[in-house]
Amino acid sequence: MEFTLSDEQLLFQESVESFTAKQYDADKRRALAESDDGFSRAHWAHYAELGWLSLGIDEAHGGLGGTALDMAVLMEGFGRGLVVEPYLSSVVMGGAALELAANEGQKSAFLPALGAGELLLTFAFAEPRARYDLATVATTAEKGDGGYVLNGHKSVVFHAASADKIIVSARTAGAANDRDGISLFLLERRASGLSLQSYATVDGGRAAEIMLADAEGELLGEAGQAYAIIEAVIDRAIIALCAEAIGIMQTLIEMTRAYLDNRKQFGVPIAKFQVLQHQLVDMYMAHELSKALTYRAAAAIGSADTTARARAASAVKVQIGKAGTMIGQQAIQLHGGMGMTDELALGHYFKRLSMIETLFGNTDHHRRRFAALPGT
Amino acid sequence: MELKLSSADAAFQSEVREFIEAALPGDIKAKVELGQHLEKDDYVRWHKILFDKGWVAPAWPVEYGGTDWTPLQRHLFEEEKARASTPRLMPFGLSMVAPVIMAFGDAAQKQHFLPRILSCEDWWCQGYSEPGAGSDLASLTTKAVPDGDDYIVSGAKTWTTLAQYADMIFCLVRTSSEGKPQTGISFLLIDMHSPGITVRPIRTIDGGHEINDVFFDEVRVPQANRVGEENKGWTYAKFLLGHERTGIAAIGRSKQELRQLKLIAAAEAAGDGSLAEDDAFAGKMADLEIDILALESLVLKIVADESAGRTPGAEASILKIRGTEIQQRLSELALEAIGYYANPYIAEAQEAGWNEPPVGPEYAATVAPHYFNWRKASIYGGTNEIQKNIIAKMVLGL
Repeated sequence: MEFTLSDEQLLFQESVESFTAKQYDADKRRALAESDDGFSRAHWAHYAELGWLSLGIDEAHGGLGGTALDMAVLMEGFGRGLVVEPYLSSVVMGGAALELAANEGQKSAFLPALGAGELLLTFAFAEPRARYDLATVATTAEKGDGGYVLNGHKSVVFHAASADKIIVSARTAGAANDRDGISLFLLERRASGLSLQSYATVDGGRAAEIMLADAEGELLGEAGQAYAIIEAVIDRAIIALCAEAIGIMQTLIEMTRAYLDNRKQFGVPIAKFQVLQHQLVDMYMAHELSKALTYRAAAAIGSADTTARARAASAVKVQIGKAGTMIGQQAIQLHGGMGMTDELALGHYFKRLSMIETLFGNTDHHRRRFAALPGT
Repeated sequence: MELKLSSADAAFQSEVREFIEAALPGDIKAKVELGQHLEKDDYVRWHKILFDKGWVAPAWPVEYGGTDWTPLQRHLFEEEKARASTPRLMPFGLSMVAPVIMAFGDAAQKQHFLPRILSCEDWWCQGYSEPGAGSDLASLTTKAVPDGDDYIVSGAKTWTTLAQYADMIFCLVRTSSEGKPQTGISFLLIDMHSPGITVRPIRTIDGGHEINDVFFDEVRVPQANRVGEENKGWTYAKFLLGHERTGIAAIGRSKQELRQLKLIAAAEAAGDGSLAEDDAFAGKMADLEIDILALESLVLKIVADESAGRTPGAEASILKIRGTEIQQRLSELALEAIGYYANPYIAEAQEAGWNEPPVGPEYAATVAPHYFNWRKASIYGGTNEIQKNIIAKMVLGL
């Protein structure tokens, strides 16, 4: 048993942190978030050059063959700087969906381009009436003359407007919430019959509702077998997302720590007040525990045992959900009125952390899922 | 990062597991499983079994009778002991006073006391807290006045765990009132059979008798029993704080209690099914299990740090705080699980060997007393609030 990051991973962590420290101050991020794409294509090309985009892709398809833990280290660094590039939607989810669902020809065609930064993907799995149930898929796909023809509404698809291709879940058989009969399709973002309602998200990102009206798509892998794949993709995405949350929490705690020293009331720095000290200690403890569990879950997520994988993902999502809510709210509270200002970067970290709770199943959802899984 | 045990560590784990299964007396195991009171003899018997095997003090240096296990192996050993429902080894000798004697004691003290701690010839207790000195420990007033080759000790210690069994007590005593309170304290080893010592039991809210007042009325103690220098006792006491901290999380024990809790929940009826299937209760158990997983992950990280030669600092206070919160929550959920049968109190059922038919399920008899008893966990060993002060100061620099 080795419960530590390798020397290589520690070096990698340093290089990510040094990138975000230089490139991602609050003003630069704000400018990126307000740009057309909502992120920087130049940064994206830089990530590709550094190999960050091909981290999770296997070597046979031009990738670096990294692990979920390597990706977690990167995402933690992205969280520290509140990076806005679509790494989670394109590389983590798009890459995992291709890896798990696509046939060899599709992998060879798309994975190298994904790793090189030439192909942007996103994953459209959610629907307005599904809440967090991955089996509720009302979008349909019917085999037509050429490929499949899709109809339906996919909701809150991150960075859809910037994507070149979109991976869409649709039903090829079964009733609206059957696990069987769900398939994955690759659609051109500019496919006819595919329309977007794009919008900004509250945390500085981009997303869209996708309307499909006889839009053509290419089947990824086998028809009807995608439920287990979607679940695996989301479990991997949870680890990456929670690693991002770990980085955000650490930054929030550091900002709050510094503020307590600088802010004076009653003639002394407010850091002198025990009631505030204990609140910061609670935040610190929650972060340390969350971080240890996230790394452990990242190491477990590749397990062939799907129960172990699901337990790891749900446990960490519950932990991060509870710790993140507490740390985010306390960080604002300890900053007093300043915490409410848009000017401070603090609030932007808080907003991203708050939205993380809403993604891929919230605390209640994963608590239920964890409780229903066989124990160890 | 590799979560699997190496084959050598897996073999070690099996060896430990098999030994404990064979060696732990069945009557002791049954008492621990049912949460019944343990007698002195139960603790001593188990201690001596591990002593005979050479495993009673894995953390000690080999020269004093320790093992040469890695931090991970020590962690696995703790976990296996808890898993098998062994009684805990009393920490007062093995992991509290012994490291202080090793680090600061003289040759005669090491030679005399360490073997007797190892073999459990002496039962130790701890004399820190006083009626007027709890969280503010440095304000202690029990005083030791030099008299020839001896000290004359007078005062009172309190909350002294299992002093009724003890042969020896290690005490912080005041040897000077000059300067800061911390600078006038010395570390004394006192024979509990000395004339002038009185032990008075303190009955606790669970109905048990674990803790005591210990009164010192002009007790004569050889100066040779002072560890290290006079007035430096505070330094030695603080040294203890940084020592062997991962055990304080009691992660193995909590995992074992969670297994018991799940069995209770599965046995209790709720609606058409069991309490384990009740959404609200299952959710609480899931939260607790995830808390345990997170704390265990942090323990494994600290164990890995120790293996790499990094001593855990004050962040180990997290282990005390979260570990005790989890233990308390386990006892609270067990109480919730048994419903009405939390109410009956049968003193005899807290002991082994009571042969009357149980009132309610057999597992219910000790649950409420256990819950009451475990409120102590966030108070002893430095209250959890004091632990937060330590983190605030030592880690966050506030």
